[in-house]
Amino acid sequence: MSTAIESLVNREYQYGFVSDIESDTVAPGLSEDVVRIISAKKNEPEWLLEWRLKAYRRWLTMKEPHWPNVTYPPIDYQASRYWSAPTSVKPLQSLDEVDPELVRTYEKLGISLNEQKFLSGVAVDAIFDSVSVGTTMKEELAAHGVIFCSFGEAVKEHPDLVRKYLGSVVPYSDNFFAALNSAVFSDGSFCYVPKGVKCPMELSTYFRINAADTGQFERTLIIADEGASVSYLEGCTAPKRSTNQLHAAVVEIIALDNAAVKYSTVQNWYAGDAEGKGGIYNFVTKRGKAHTNSKISWTQVETGSAITWKYPSVILQGDNSTGEFYSVAVVNNMQQADTGTKMIHIGKNTKSTIVSKGISAGHGNNSYRGRVKVMPRADNARNYTQCDSMLIGNRCGAHTFPYIEVENPSATVEHEASTSKIGEDQIFYCKQRGISAEQAVSMIVSGFCREVFQELPMEFALEAQQLLGITLEGSVG
Amino acid sequence: MSIKNEYMLDIKSLRAGIAEREILKGINLTINPGEVHAVMGPNGSGKSTLAQVLAGNPAYEVLGGSATYNGEELLVLEPEVRAQKGIFLAFQYPVEIPGVTNAYFLRSAYNEIRKARGEEEIDPLDFLDLIEERMKLVEMDSSMLNRSVNAGFSGGEKKRNEILQMAVLQPKLAILDETDSGLDIDALRIVAGGVNALRRPDNATIVVTHYQRLLNYIVPDFVHVLANGRIVRSGGKELALELEERGYDWLLDAA
Repeated sequence: MSTAIESLVNREYQYGFVSDIESDTVAPGLSEDVVRIISAKKNEPEWLLEWRLKAYRRWLTMKEPHWPNVTYPPIDYQASRYWSAPTSVKPLQSLDEVDPELVRTYEKLGISLNEQKFLSGVAVDAIFDSVSVGTTMKEELAAHGVIFCSFGEAVKEHPDLVRKYLGSVVPYSDNFFAALNSAVFSDGSFCYVPKGVKCPMELSTYFRINAADTGQFERTLIIADEGASVSYLEGCTAPKRSTNQLHAAVVEIIALDNAAVKYSTVQNWYAGDAEGKGGIYNFVTKRGKAHTNSKISWTQVETGSAITWKYPSVILQGDNSTGEFYSVAVVNNMQQADTGTKMIHIGKNTKSTIVSKGISAGHGNNSYRGRVKVMPRADNARNYTQCDSMLIGNRCGAHTFPYIEVENPSATVEHEASTSKIGEDQIFYCKQRGISAEQAVSMIVSGFCREVFQELPMEFALEAQQLLGITLEGSVG
Repeated sequence: MSIKNEYMLDIKSLRAGIAEREILKGINLTINPGEVHAVMGPNGSGKSTLAQVLAGNPAYEVLGGSATYNGEELLVLEPEVRAQKGIFLAFQYPVEIPGVTNAYFLRSAYNEIRKARGEEEIDPLDFLDLIEERMKLVEMDSSMLNRSVNAGFSGGEKKRNEILQMAVLQPKLAILDETDSGLDIDALRIVAGGVNALRRPDNATIVVTHYQRLLNYIVPDFVHVLANGRIVRSGGKELALELEERGYDWLLDAA
């Protein structure tokens, strides 16, 4: 590529600052004692501690997966801290009681915890390292019967719901990172939308890692009862640090009969520097279970993290259920991503749609890995997969690993894939019309991602588009 | 204005090539506002190279000579600056940009050119009025506006789309690179009609073509024959007719 495609800037990661917050941390290392300490710090009931311990013991027998198409030095699980919480955060505190330094931190991230300045129509749960510092709009949501709070609060206030659904979609034994999360998970968000209720506003969780050498292991549980619907958004950032930090989260979604859940992620963890030093290892398990006539839709825009390992999936359990996965994954510099989805068709007339857009720039390596499985009883199951890769420059990589297993002859499964390169010819065409190279690239990339962006809630679509521009700066010239 | 003779475009001894191969071997050509110049010649003579070099395609390398545009050295300018100064190339092979609508692309281009001239950006609704009026020139219907730039367009649609862009951007110097290639007679008539409607005393057009056929519709003031990287013959519109009758060989032999 000529200079036109090589030098479109590298703007600084703007969320890389560190907040000076006094924290209560547990010494590095992982053992049954650490699991007990975490559980005790959260005043958890005995059943939950037992669940954690079972997960921990299971984890000890498991091996870290090495099938993803990513490379990194061995992780020393004893070097990481598993608990860090701002000392100012008290259980069940109100928003007025939040430490002003934390409020300022979130303001710098564009999230207001101040009652007067809420982003209209969005309720936010703000998670800082291991704990939730506050959840906005709770009263208004409660008026509709919607429960939206931190996971820790849900364990105290709604133990029956938590106990019924925790691990029901992602069991603690599911995989290495899910088991680790189940043992040491700190906080996260909990959401329950009752029967027939359409959640009156967007719900969102904002994850912030601040403490050094600390892993973040949050757990999100979303339950849409029969006929309910909710749209949920997750955002994430972390300071720039020269060491890698582990983020191993679990998200479980349950959509009961006739329910609909839309889960959107704009993932902007620190990606490491241009040489690949530092950055977050984002090893996440996200899965939903769709009951009869229900729908679960994942939309993700993955721009951050040094390494992304993530397959938001849907188990299409009930007849006529629908699963969707819309993804934009961008890698630049030394970033690596191995991401995709699993659609497991169990019920009859189940339908899934997968649209994946991978963009690789710099020395980035991007893999789509997807699995479509049609079980023997899933008559008339349908899947459509579209998997497009775009390359910017000639030192990056794009890979596609589709796994298709069909055990029912009435199924229809389609897979389309394409790989394109932002061409000199496209850039020259735009320039000949008076459009600069930077603008041309952002236009071409936005066009490439259009089908995914249009699935995002309006405000976030704009944010995602800007984020993409920033991530790709420097990759073109 | 200075007294000296200032052409809109003044090309002197221009040499250029691609991948270390010299294609243009000394082109001399002057163009005044209001004129239409046809550049003809056999395949491989360098017609398209001339068009690309004038537009600033970085794939081509200028090896010598000069070109001034309204008195300013042209060949050092970035392609987008040339576009902003009124040079437009209708591509022989228009490029596809999936996911970017025609309307958005055109409005961005229009606004960039306005900004470069110190004018304000146009309101999207006003732009819609403007573009719908211009679409009539090339007999395109408004469904084209929401389709991705050139993606899935037929050959004729792509060429009409080029002329639509030209009609919206209103260049001072338009270069049509083999705009007639691959067009049936109806599309040819529509495209030529669009170009003719845009002719004004203060703008100029270079029509690059292999065939005389297009020149029945877009009547040139001058015809130049390019062979082996040089202009071997220039004349009026009757030269094109002579080429139609005799082919190019007699000129190649002479060159």
